[in-house]
Amino acid sequence: MTNAALTKKKRYTQSLWVTVCSLFTAITVGTLLFLFYWIVVGGAEVISWSFITQMPEQNMTAGGIWPALVGTVYVSLLTIAISVPLGIGAAIYLNEYAKQGRLVRLIRLSIRNLSGVPSIVYGLFGLGLFAATFGFGRSLIAAALTLAIMVLPWVITGAEEALKAVPRSFREGGLALGATRWQMIRQLVLPSAIPGMATGSILGLARAAGETAPIILTGAAYYLPIIPHDIKEQFMALPYHLYILATQHSETATVRPIAYGTALVLILLVILLNSVAIFIRNYYRRKNEWL
Amino acid sequence: MRLPSLKTNVESTQSVVVTKQKLTQKSFVTNLGDYLMEKLFLLLGTLAIFILLLIVGFLIREGSDALREVGISEFIFGQSWYPSSSEPRYGALPFIISSVMVTVGALLLAVPWGIFTAIFISEIAPKRLKEMLKPVVEIFAIFPSVVLGFIALIVISPIVANVFGLSNGLTAVTAAVILSVMALPTIISIAEDSLNSVPSDFKEGAYALGATKWEVIKNISLPAAKSGIIAAVMLGFGRAVGETMTVLMAAGNAIDMPIQHFLGLTVPDFLTSVRTLTANIAIEGSDVAWGSLHYSALFVVGMILFVITFIVNLIADLLINRQRGALRND
Repeated sequence: MTNAALTKKKRYTQSLWVTVCSLFTAITVGTLLFLFYWIVVGGAEVISWSFITQMPEQNMTAGGIWPALVGTVYVSLLTIAISVPLGIGAAIYLNEYAKQGRLVRLIRLSIRNLSGVPSIVYGLFGLGLFAATFGFGRSLIAAALTLAIMVLPWVITGAEEALKAVPRSFREGGLALGATRWQMIRQLVLPSAIPGMATGSILGLARAAGETAPIILTGAAYYLPIIPHDIKEQFMALPYHLYILATQHSETATVRPIAYGTALVLILLVILLNSVAIFIRNYYRRKNEWL
Repeated sequence: MRLPSLKTNVESTQSVVVTKQKLTQKSFVTNLGDYLMEKLFLLLGTLAIFILLLIVGFLIREGSDALREVGISEFIFGQSWYPSSSEPRYGALPFIISSVMVTVGALLLAVPWGIFTAIFISEIAPKRLKEMLKPVVEIFAIFPSVVLGFIALIVISPIVANVFGLSNGLTAVTAAVILSVMALPTIISIAEDSLNSVPSDFKEGAYALGATKWEVIKNISLPAAKSGIIAAVMLGFGRAVGETMTVLMAAGNAIDMPIQHFLGLTVPDFLTSVRTLTANIAIEGSDVAWGSLHYSALFVVGMILFVITFIVNLIADLLINRQRGALRND
């Protein structure tokens, strides 16, 4: 083969594979656009202020999704209230106190493994421990505790990243002035790490809000058109509501529009939470650059 | 910051001798507080280990009744699952096969899809396009699985029914297609990370020798990132096999063995309704009587699932560490 022919062949191979890669990337983007298009077009017809703020009526064939939305907000907030203090504590240990060694390796291995445990196994665990053994029954608190354990690895990782972003000089300055380790952490490290931790927590919140499998086992109610007043009550939740409307309802065709509306509200909620998290992160990143 | 010992020294004595010991002296309460906080954080730090042990221990404790009564071999090799019959049977083999089928099916789609996309984002796309594509992958990852299940139900299942001429489109194939979308962000982001971690001097050396862009990708980047890319596939497997809502809504959930006989061979039947390990727990776990044998049997199913994901994730972990080690040593 001549040199020119060789180069031509190389060029041909290259453009072929680059086209393949571009094509797959285009499919990825196209799939995402399609998913949004489908949900937005289907949901836009039914979504309205009254759809969001009304109780479901006539066995969910009419009315709105208010208790499901409130239930999801309650369970997610409760989840975060439990998991964030624990996760930040664990991150402080890993980043500020621990010396690299066997224990830290074991902790990190456990965190990675916990993040790979299927959500339904968390559900089973929560059902057995919180609902049955602790006697909470299927309830808001049992579901929140289960979700809290599930999002814990993400909260820890997020908080650790926030701590790592605090410059070393802050710590050294504090210690040099005679602060104890805890004084240094509380007064210098934590205040600078709070925005990053907020970002991680809101991402955890979004994850808890969209999760269905664990709450099926630990507390979500099929149809309960009231707002829960106590953490030991069952609750409706947006993702479970969507599951019910899509597959379990006796008249799935009649409730299809409501299912679309529920899906759209759920997606919007999750995207809103993620956007807030990213906004906080970017805002403080820029602010810290000025310092 | 308070420095009590130094202050008293200055106030009370004329000839001030500040030793290092006095400088670092703090009040008893401060020291005690610091000590207690350290222990508290140690406790919180080790929480992850305790939770993991608690989950394992709890699965074993709650599942032990069924394991003793039914036996592990019946669970793994038994072909029928009739928990509420008068003579209950607890064979989870159909669920195990179904889980593996939909997961492998999903990976057949998601692996080329994810890896080619990762190559494009990491190696081919210009910087601005790259910055636009990263959020796309992130948004995929936040899609609630129940919404994807809903899409599978209303969009993919009728297509599958039409294409294959089935009366019901809720099959293993339907579940595999939607599951590939679930596994995609995991595969793309891990594969992309490992491609990005290939040192640029590797590539620059090859360019200097006259290699084309694709030759560099094929002969330098992909081999160097091999472990990481395999890890991405393993993590995708773990993600897909543990996924509940999408398969629950898309796979149809029949409890029979998903097999057919073809030319005298027993082969998996992808065009039939299947029930995975995860879906079975979700379906039966919500109304099972606590403490019953059936309840205990569900924990054994959970145990099987836990063991599968644990092994897969562990292998992925080792592979990622191996790549890190290899690229550092070179």
